[in-house]
Amino acid sequence: MSRRLVQGNTACVEGALWAGCRFFAGYPITPASEISERLSYELPRVGGKFIQMEDEIASLAAVIGASVGGLKAMTATSGPGFSLMQENLGYAAMAEIPCVIVDVQRGGPSTGLPTSPSQGDVMQARWGTHGDHPIIALCPSSVAEVYDLTVEAFNYSEKYRTPVILLMDEIVAHMREPMDVDGRPQIEVVDRSKTDVPPEWYFPYDETRSVPPLVSFGEGFRYHITGLMHDRAGFPTERQDEIDPWWKRVFAKINDSMDQICLYKKDDGLEDARTAVIAYGCTARSAAHAVKMARARRHKAGLLTLQTIWPFHDALIGELVSSARRVIVPELNLGQLALEVERVLGRSRVRRVNRVDGELITPRQILDAMEGG
Amino acid sequence: MIVEDHKIYPYLRHKKKFPGVWCAGCGIGIVLAAIVRAVNDLGLAKDDVAMISGIGCSGRMSVYVDFNTMHTTHGRALAFATGLKMARPDMHVLVVMGDGDALAIGGNHFIHAARRNIDLTAIVINNSIYGMTGGQYSPTTPMGDLASTAPYGTIERPFSICALAIAAGAAYVARSTVYHAWELGRLIRQGMEKKGFAVVEAISYCHTTYGRRNQKGTAVDMMRELKEKGITQAAAAKLSREDLEGKIVRGVLADRAYPEYTAEYDKIIARARAEAGERVPA
Repeated sequence: MSRRLVQGNTACVEGALWAGCRFFAGYPITPASEISERLSYELPRVGGKFIQMEDEIASLAAVIGASVGGLKAMTATSGPGFSLMQENLGYAAMAEIPCVIVDVQRGGPSTGLPTSPSQGDVMQARWGTHGDHPIIALCPSSVAEVYDLTVEAFNYSEKYRTPVILLMDEIVAHMREPMDVDGRPQIEVVDRSKTDVPPEWYFPYDETRSVPPLVSFGEGFRYHITGLMHDRAGFPTERQDEIDPWWKRVFAKINDSMDQICLYKKDDGLEDARTAVIAYGCTARSAAHAVKMARARRHKAGLLTLQTIWPFHDALIGELVSSARRVIVPELNLGQLALEVERVLGRSRVRRVNRVDGELITPRQILDAMEGG
Repeated sequence: MIVEDHKIYPYLRHKKKFPGVWCAGCGIGIVLAAIVRAVNDLGLAKDDVAMISGIGCSGRMSVYVDFNTMHTTHGRALAFATGLKMARPDMHVLVVMGDGDALAIGGNHFIHAARRNIDLTAIVINNSIYGMTGGQYSPTTPMGDLASTAPYGTIERPFSICALAIAAGAAYVARSTVYHAWELGRLIRQGMEKKGFAVVEAISYCHTTYGRRNQKGTAVDMMRELKEKGITQAAAAKLSREDLEGKIVRGVLADRAYPEYTAEYDKIIARARAEAGERVPA
């Protein structure tokens, strides 16, 4: 197929199907509904299953159930639904069940600004569910990137046995850009690892493995899954000598793989930039233009676009903007990822550019911050 | 005490799991045994059975049985089970919930699973109280009864679990008590045989947090009360409305032939694949 205009939400569907998604459960919400609508049509054509559940809590529950049954599964929602999903997002983190949760961000809190763009769910993606837990969140800034990062979201969820959040925004989701879906470089698809041990030796939470294989229900391995803290066999435990290894392992499986998980793009100017912009999602598009304008004015400026925002790779990000005296962080919120950047670089080097009135940050606003005192 | 030659023995997880978390005298173990007897009577392989439970005393049941087991979040067991059943339509999926679990926090999932008529067997253990959290009133606590959060008596009217399930469209609805243990096992077996959403209400009691507060006596006294109150539908038909008050009507309350969800979805797949011309391999 040749290039055609593709909507961000459609690219998400195409990426999911390429990655092997065969189950979707969701609840209608703008600006994510196109993902549900399209998958309700596409999934049965490839032998997959679609269900519209009674709410977003049930949607993620069904996704986890299907994943335990052996299907690659995902759901898609926006802020209000993402809030409801936090309960079972925690369950997926605790039970280490692979699944993909798409959150197409819109203005919040509550019903907020339907459906103006926002990046207000950055911290919710990190800390929305109760209790400490590792998480991966990816953030595309173009339609083609939506496709690629949807595939990576599935790959990461399968590889690391973890929920992965694809944090989109209304602009990226509803924007149409030319894209050649069939002609895209074919991203390698990762499936969850299988065990080679007999059922009586199988431990779904084996502390000696970074990511223990997850066997699907119905394959002759009768084991237990719970949201309670559990031992290596999956049964509830309150023993410190079983709880400690669990914590260490689930954080290490993500933290030790940061170099592989943390995706980013840097432009040519970043290497020796005096002023750097760190951006993600739709805001990165304004930032790219702002950096171009700054260079035209002979500023040494560079752009770092984060595609993986969680985990936040302190060392890498510090290194990438090391030449910059000033780092601009534009966001469609009142400063969420900026908190992380400030933590790594120190507040004196960081300038925030924020907007929450439902409109995009303009390149001019970012340029002003780059040139301002 | 379970002995090795007892027929439910091979279905239990013995290592470190017993004694269980339930209070001595609790009726939940009787429901567990009834479920295992149903599976045994049907001659199902343990690999082909899943038990999904919610949160509360009943939620802990999934730990003890040697099936594919999942202890989920409060009220959401049916939603987890829906996803699993769609992924594995060949699997017998049992869903064990309590009254607060299934009808309060999980009420929405309960009516929609019934409406969809998806082939799950939902066993609701109704002890009229939130037991594990210490005796707060639930959606099935009788009006006027005391609870730790109803020190003046509850002023809310209780749900009838079975009436709700019938109204919401469940294909099979039955009720028994933990006193009528053999009947309970038979009803669960019938529910599992039914192609569609089956609800079996297992009336139990909580002598620890509910009985004590409401002067219901010991576990034995409460068991005796179930024996006396539990009547068949034939006996119920002979009673006046006033005499029926407070009685537990046992037996199959609904058995209807409705299209089953996963079977209907398979038809959609067949249609969509034909339209797609088998364009993409599964």
